[in-house]
Amino acid sequence: MQHLPIFPILLPMLAAVFMLLPPLSNSINRHRVFAVCAMLALVGIATLLLITSHQQGTQMYILGGWQPPFGIALIADRVSTTMVLLTSVLGLGAQLYACAGDDNDGMFFHPLFMFQIMGINGAFLTGDIFNLFVFFEVLLIASYALLIHGGGKQKTKANVHYVILNLVGSSIFLFALGIIYGTVGSLNIADIANKVRLLGEHEQALAKTGGLLLLVVFGLKAALLPLHFWLPKTYAAASAPVAALFAIMTKVGVYSILRVHTVVFGEEAGALASIAIPWLWPLALLTIAFGAVGVLASPSLRLTAANLVIVSVGTLILAIAMQREAATSAALYYMVHSTLVTGALFLLADLIGKQRGKAEDRYVIARKMKHGKVIGIAFFIAALTVVGMPPLSGFVGKVLVLQAAQGMAEIAWVWPVILIAGLASLIAISRAGTTIFWRHEGESTIDAPLSKLRLLAVALLLSASPLMVIFGGPVTDYTNLAAAQLHDRAQSVDALLPGGIEQ
Amino acid sequence: MEATYAFCVGVLTTCGFFLVLRGRTFTVVMGLTLLSYAVNLFLFASGRLKLDGAAVLGQSSEYSDPLPQALVLTAIVIGFAMTAFLVILAMRSRADQGNDHVDGQIPAKPTKSVAQSKRNS
Repeated sequence: MQHLPIFPILLPMLAAVFMLLPPLSNSINRHRVFAVCAMLALVGIATLLLITSHQQGTQMYILGGWQPPFGIALIADRVSTTMVLLTSVLGLGAQLYACAGDDNDGMFFHPLFMFQIMGINGAFLTGDIFNLFVFFEVLLIASYALLIHGGGKQKTKANVHYVILNLVGSSIFLFALGIIYGTVGSLNIADIANKVRLLGEHEQALAKTGGLLLLVVFGLKAALLPLHFWLPKTYAAASAPVAALFAIMTKVGVYSILRVHTVVFGEEAGALASIAIPWLWPLALLTIAFGAVGVLASPSLRLTAANLVIVSVGTLILAIAMQREAATSAALYYMVHSTLVTGALFLLADLIGKQRGKAEDRYVIARKMKHGKVIGIAFFIAALTVVGMPPLSGFVGKVLVLQAAQGMAEIAWVWPVILIAGLASLIAISRAGTTIFWRHEGESTIDAPLSKLRLLAVALLLSASPLMVIFGGPVTDYTNLAAAQLHDRAQSVDALLPGGIEQ
Repeated sequence: MEATYAFCVGVLTTCGFFLVLRGRTFTVVMGLTLLSYAVNLFLFASGRLKLDGAAVLGQSSEYSDPLPQALVLTAIVIGFAMTAFLVILAMRSRADQGNDHVDGQIPAKPTKSVAQSKRNS
C-alpha cells in the first residue's frame, strides 16, 4: 500500500466533506452512524500504518512527486504512527461519547470533529515545517469552532482568549519560519537538520533565534509554563467530548518540540546543539510544580483534570530535556497513557456532573448519585491511573521516566518534583472521590439515565490502562525502538533525503 | 531598500503587539491584522529582496526565490480566514457578555471619588 501514509489525513477530510453534502447533511443520526464508521476505519488504517512502518521501516510519502528537500513529504515513522493511532483511538472515544447527545447542542459537530482529527494527524505526519504550520492552523480553526460549539457565556469568554492567544502564536510561528528559511534555506525538517550544522557564525545567531521562537510557539500549544494560563479555563469551559479530544492538543506541541529540538537542534547540530535544553529543564520542573498546585486548588473535577494535563505536559517535557533514548521511550509510553486517561477523566467529570444536578462536578456535598456504583468504579480506575499508583499504566509510565533520569546530575531535581507532584495529585484526587461519592445528604431526585454509549466511551479509553500494563513488554520494546529511530541520525535525517535512500 | 523595509516591518510589528495588548476586542483585532501584515512582509523578505527578478525560469536572466512568495500566499489566506473568524467571535462576545472587553467584563477602575472617599474614611 503505497498511499497508506496519506489516508489518516484524507479519510477524515473526505468524511467531513461528505457530511456537509445532501444525503447526510440534515440528519444527526446519519451523521452519527457515518462519523463512527469513518472513525473505526481510521483506527484500522492507523493500526495498519503502524504495523507497516514498524515492519518495513519508515514510510515516506512524497506529495506530487516533488523529491525532498523541495517538495512536501509525509513521514510515517514509529513515533508519528504511534501518535496517529493514539489520536484516532482518543477520537473514537470522544466521538462515541458525543453521539449520546452532546453533538446535538449545535450544528456540524461531527464535520468539525473530523476536520480537527485531520489537522492533528497531519501535524503528526508531516516532514515539512511550513506544512506543520498549515496543519496547526487546520486543527486550530476546527478547535475554535468546537470549543464554542453549543454556545454560552463561559464558552465565548474562554474562546476569545484562546483564539487571540493562538493567533499571536501563529504570527510568531511564521516569524520563526521566515528566520529559519532565510538562514538555512530549507523547510524540510531532515534537510534543516543537515544544513544547520554548516551555518556561518553570523547566521548561527539568527537560526538560534528562529529555533527558540519555535520553542515559544510549541510551548504555547503544549501549555508549558509561563504560557499555560489559558489551559484550565479553556478546557473546563469546553463540552466534555471536546475537552477529551483537546487532551491530545497539548501533546501536538510536545511532539513538535520532540521533533524539532531532538532532530534539528539535537546533540549533533554543531554550534546550535541543544539550544532549547537549558530552557526546558527549569520550565518543565516549574510546570509540574505549578500544575500540582493547580490540582490541589481546583474546586471541580474538570479543573482538576485540566491541571493534571499541565502536570503530564511538564513530565513529558522533562523527559525530552533529558535528551536520552531511554527518556524519549519513557516519554512515548507516558504520552499514550496520559492522553487517554485525562481524556477519560474529562468524560467522567461530565458523567458525574449530569448525575448530580446543580452541584455538577464541584466538590460540594450533594444528593447521592443514582448510578454512583458504576461511575465510582470507573472513577477509581481512572484515579489509580492518573496519580500513578500500581498496578496500572500511570505507575509504569512514571517509573520509566524516573529510571531514565538515573545517572544524571539533574536527578536531584527530577525525582522529588515528580514524586511530590504525584503525592499532590493523590491527595487532590482522593479528596475529590471522597466528596463526590461518599459525602452526600439524602437520596437523589434527579432521574438522569446513564447512557450505555457514554459508559462504553469511558470504558474504551480506560481499558488502555490495564492493557498497557499487561502488554507492557511489547509496548516498551516498541517505544524503545521508536526512540532509537528518532535519536539515530541515519534513520531520522539521512534516510529521508534523496541521497540517503539510494545508499 | 533593505533598511526601509526592515524599518516598516519593525514598526508594523511594534504597533501590532501594542494593540494586541489592549483590553478591547476591536483594538486586538486591529493589532492582529497589523501583525499579520508584518509577518507577511517578513516572510517575503526571507527570500532576499531583489528587483526585476522573475520567479519563473526562462523569463529573464535574474531570478528570485519563488518559495517565499508561495509561503506568503498561504500565510495571507490563513491570516485572512482567522481574522474573519475573530471578527465574528468578537461580535458574538459583545452580544453574549454585553461589553467588548476581552475578559468579558470591564475592570473596575479606582476612580477619583473612590480614592477620595477612602482617604476621608
